[in-house]
Order: sequence, then structure tokens, then C-alpha cells
Amino acid sequence: MAQIRIENLRKDFGSFTAVQSSSFTIEDGEFFMLLGPSGCGKTTTLRMMAGLELPTSGHIYLDGDDVADRPARQRDIAFVFQMYALYPHMNVRRNISYPLISQGMSRGDVRRKVDEVAGILGIEDILSKPVGGLSGGDRQRVALGRAIVRDPKAFFMDEPLGALDAEFRERMAEELRALHDRMGATTVYVTHDQLEAMQMGDKIVVMNHGVVEQFGVPQDIYDWPATMFVANFIGSPPMNLLEFHGMAGRGTDHVMLGDAKIAVPTLLDGAQGDLALGVRPEHVHLDDDGSYRGRVTATEYLGTTQIVTLSTAHGDVKARIASDKKVEIGEVVGLRFNPSTVSVFDRSTSRAILSDGNKGVLAHG
Amino acid sequence: MSYSITDPSPRTKWFAGTLVILYALITLMPLLWIITTGFKSQSEAIAYPPSVLFEPTLEGYVNLFTTQTRVSEADLAANPPETFAEEIAASKGMIIVGPSRFGERFLNSVIIGFGSTFLSVVLGTLAAYAFSRYRVPLKDDLMFFILSTRMMPPIAVAIPIFLMFRTLGLSDTHLGMILLYTAVNLSLSVWLLKGFIDEIPREYEEAALIDGYTRFQAFYKVVLPQAATGIASTAIFCLIFSWNEYAFAVLLTSGNAQTAPPFIPTIIGVGGQDWPAVAAGATIFLVPVMVFTILLRKHLLRGITFGAVRK
Repeated sequence: MAQIRIENLRKDFGSFTAVQSSSFTIEDGEFFMLLGPSGCGKTTTLRMMAGLELPTSGHIYLDGDDVADRPARQRDIAFVFQMYALYPHMNVRRNISYPLISQGMSRGDVRRKVDEVAGILGIEDILSKPVGGLSGGDRQRVALGRAIVRDPKAFFMDEPLGALDAEFRERMAEELRALHDRMGATTVYVTHDQLEAMQMGDKIVVMNHGVVEQFGVPQDIYDWPATMFVANFIGSPPMNLLEFHGMAGRGTDHVMLGDAKIAVPTLLDGAQGDLALGVRPEHVHLDDDGSYRGRVTATEYLGTTQIVTLSTAHGDVKARIASDKKVEIGEVVGLRFNPSTVSVFDRSTSRAILSDGNKGVLAHG
Repeated sequence: MSYSITDPSPRTKWFAGTLVILYALITLMPLLWIITTGFKSQSEAIAYPPSVLFEPTLEGYVNLFTTQTRVSEADLAANPPETFAEEIAASKGMIIVGPSRFGERFLNSVIIGFGSTFLSVVLGTLAAYAFSRYRVPLKDDLMFFILSTRMMPPIAVAIPIFLMFRTLGLSDTHLGMILLYTAVNLSLSVWLLKGFIDEIPREYEEAALIDGYTRFQAFYKVVLPQAATGIASTAIFCLIFSWNEYAFAVLLTSGNAQTAPPFIPTIIGVGGQDWPAVAAGATIFLVPVMVFTILLRKHLLRGITFGAVRK
């Protein structure tokens, strides 16, 4: 098992830069998520780590060894592809044993090892079947079997659940996480699904346009996004971003949104000009005493909660409130934002302004 | 009563079926003609109207494979026929003095046809794989250049090739003909195979690279089995070309490496117009390509990647 350290990794395809100077560290045994929209460079990053692409520059340390220029077969890692990539001309047993055969393991040992792995994954009964007729879930299990059979230093997974339907996905996600916890292997998992990332990951890297936007544990990323992109990408519905023009001075504990004074965590840095106030929907409360007001334009019932959309002077705001609260469309209500959860962004850089709230998170991000 | 889009009406089916049968009859007719003529006697072969029912004879085949000479009654009596072939010859007042050159020519065809097919497919597969998977500088231009070698009839360059072959000592050699047919076939095989290899997802090789195999191992253990269908159909196309090629064979070969196509017409000249012998030669000439195609047919029809990758 291994620690993986990425330093200033860069990949150019001709004039297009897929990944630019990424740096982060994956600790031994972590379940690590590479999250971002399609085309953000997350898969390219993973493929460079696996040895399927050569980096343009930068370093990849696997347990301290720089492996950036080594071919995949010398890195001792396993890869689970989105489309499974099971060898179509071999049956299940041969697929799983293929990585062992390349190591020259004896036939008896291969057999024993494959049986053991099949037991872990619950696929003993399909070992002699061709891979062509298997269901999506079984193919995924065979692909996992091929990955774990060799006890590699790390597992790399490229959207392994992307091809499964929603219901089954949930179950495989749980199985995967359970498998990880049981084996304790370092796992790097690429996904564009922020819910999947939050649900399964110990740590998340959020990427956009080839740049690492933020790196940390899911809760920090959710609560204290480092950039407006992260604020907008994570959460469903995402963080409300109220754009305003004004002043956010160092040491202040409020900003002026029009005439309303909004309390924020004490700012440790200052900015002025185009700014944005970020607040998660669950931290927006409907309060008739609130000085900031909005008109209800829509409600969305979600069982235990409801999402209320309000139109304000600085754009739409979504609030997640208890579903038993009666809200009329067209009604004008006061809004209160939970002060200790608010972020202020500088729109010229898209970055969050350092405050008492996010200083612990942004310091290492 | 109405019919769905996918299920045609009985009348349409009947019409389509008739059309297919008619087409098959028209295309198979010459083939049938040649095969039956091979078993006719010389007089029956030129009978008008053509005879449909006739007494089959192996005369044509005997004439094809043997060299005969006319002898006097006395000599004929002195050498009583022993084999059925000698009996057939004797019935026309001839004795067999040795084998004809057809066997040799046929063997030349086999060596040159299969040799050049093998080379075209091996080189074509490697080139197609490189073009499909690697960043080759000027890839599109190179592919176009390869195709452009087929933009004129190959025979248009016969004279320069003739001179080159003479200088290099390749005239009338097996190697020369194999190289020539390979060169002509290569553009077809590169283009065909690139199409097939492009269809094979890269993930298979990448999985093999991760599983501890080298690039070359991944190529022959994972890509080749997947490309079997494409390789088989490419091989058939290459063989059909080099097997049937006539013009270069006439120009560049004579005594040593002559293939069957330029040889068969010369049979006519030996002892009158021996159509049954020509037909027998053509029939035997058909067999290898037919057998080869039938052997590889299951690869042509079977999509072995079905279901292994979800698209």
C-alpha cells in the first residue's frame, strides 16, 4: 500500500493544456476522489498516475519513488475502467487471472487466488462464463476482481459506476467502499458526480479547466469552498452566490448588500469592487424580522425539506427549509443568513476571501 | 391488415426472394458452365445447342495434367495402357509422355498468392496498429499517400516495374512476384485493418499494460484476437487479388515463376482447341480461394467483441 504525491504535474496535448501544475498528496489507505466536470483534466491526471499517459512535466511519487516516466507495468497499480475493458475473448476466470499470469505465478496459486477473490466479490458462480453475457454489475465485479487479485500498491478507478443505472449504482458504491475499508488500499477514484464524491471519499480534489480548485476532506470543501467554481459545483442545489458591488474590509464582520447589513465571519483579508456573498441553502432562513427581503417565486417539495426559490435584488436565492412551513408564491419574506457559515468571494479572482470561518480550510488548500 | 416497418408484407418478401434467387442464378451460371465443361468431351464442349445432360469424362483433366504425343497404331499396341489416364489418351490414339506444366504453375500460384497475402496482412496489421494508436507525424498525409498508390491501375506502372525487376534480378522469381503483390495489396490492407483496429477500444490494451504486459504483448494477446475478423476479411481480399492477377504475371514471369492465370489460356494451343482442359484448369484454379473463404467465413460473420464493452 502506498502514499502518492503529485508535484506540479502538467500535461499538454499539442496546444491544449489538459492539466496544469497540479499538486496534492494522497495518504496511504485513503479513498481519494478526483472530482470535476467533464474535460477538467481529472481523467488525464489519473491516467498519468497510472502510466497510461506520460506527463509533459512534473513528478509522481509512489511511496517516495518518482514513477512519472515508468511504464504502467512497472508501477504495480490496478486500474478499473469506466467501460470495464474486460478481455472479451476470455472467460471470467481467465480475465481475473490475467494479471497473475503476467507475473509468472504457478497455475495452482493462480487458481487459489482467483477463487479467493471470487469469494470476496460473490462471483464464484460465474467464473466459467464468458464475459459477453454478464450484467453490468457482474462485469463491474469482474473488473474489480481483476484489480484486487494482485494486491497492488494502489487502485485507480475511472468513473467505475458511470455505466450502471441509478439504483444499482448506489449498491455498488456501498460495496466499493466496504471493499476499500476491508482491504485498506489506497484508492484514487475519478468522478463527475459530486454526491458520489462526498458519499465515498475520504478526501476530494476538485478540478476545473486543468487546475486544482480545492483539495480537502468533503466537509471542508462543502462548508468552505475556496473558489466560486467549487461553491457552485458542490451541493444540490449549489451554494447561493449573491453578486454585489461594494467593499469588504479587512477585520470587518459584515458586508452591505444594498441597504441590508449582512453579518459574516470576521474577514482576515480585504477586497473591494465586484464581490459575491456565498451561503448554502440550508443556512438561509425565512425570518420576517430579516432586513434582507425576497419574493417567493417557486417551491419544490422534497419530503422532509422543501427548496424555496426567492427573487432578490442580487439574484435568485434558494433556501432549504422544513417542508411543514407554509410558503405562498408571490409572498415577500425576510431572509436571515446564518452568519458563521457565510463566505465572501472576490469576483475578480473568483476566490474566497480569507475569514475566521475558512482560515483553517484555506490555509492548506 | 397492416404490417410493421420491420416486418415486410408477404408479397414484398416473395418479390425480394425471387430477385435474390434470380441474381444468384445469373452469377452462378458461368461457374456452372465452366465446371460442367471440364467434364465434357471435346465435341460435346462445342456442341450447339449446348448439351445439358452428357456423359461425364475425365478427358479434360487428363489433358490438363499430362503431355501427350500422337503415335502410330503399332506403337500404341506395343504400349498397352495401364492407368485410366493412359486409356483415355489411347482412345484418341495418343500416349502420355509426361506431366504437363500445370502442376508447377499451380504451385507457383499457391506460393505467390499465399506468400504475398501473408506478408500484406502482417505488414498491414502492424502499420494499421501504429496509425490507429500512435501520434504519427503527418498521419493523414501518409494515409492518403498509401491510398494514392491505388488511384491508378497497377498495370500503368508496368514498364518501370519491369525495368526495376530486370535490374534487381527479380524478373520471373517467386520473391519478385510476392513483393510486387504485397506492395499492391498493402494499401488496401492498411486501410481496411485501420478501420477494424480503430473500432477496438484502447481500454483493452491499457488494461493489459496495467496488468503487467508490455506494449507488444498487449498487441498480440489482446488486440490481435479482437482484430481476427478484420484480419480474416483482409486476407481474403488480398488473396483474391494476388490469386487472380493476370497482367503483371504475363509481363514479369515466364519459365520459372509463372502463375496459373497466364498459363491456363496457353492450354488452348496444345493440340487444337481443348476447351474441356481449359475449363478443368479454371475449375481447379477456383478451389483454393473458395476453400480459404469458407474456412475464414465464421470470422467474417462473427462479431466477437459483442457485449464485452458497453457502448
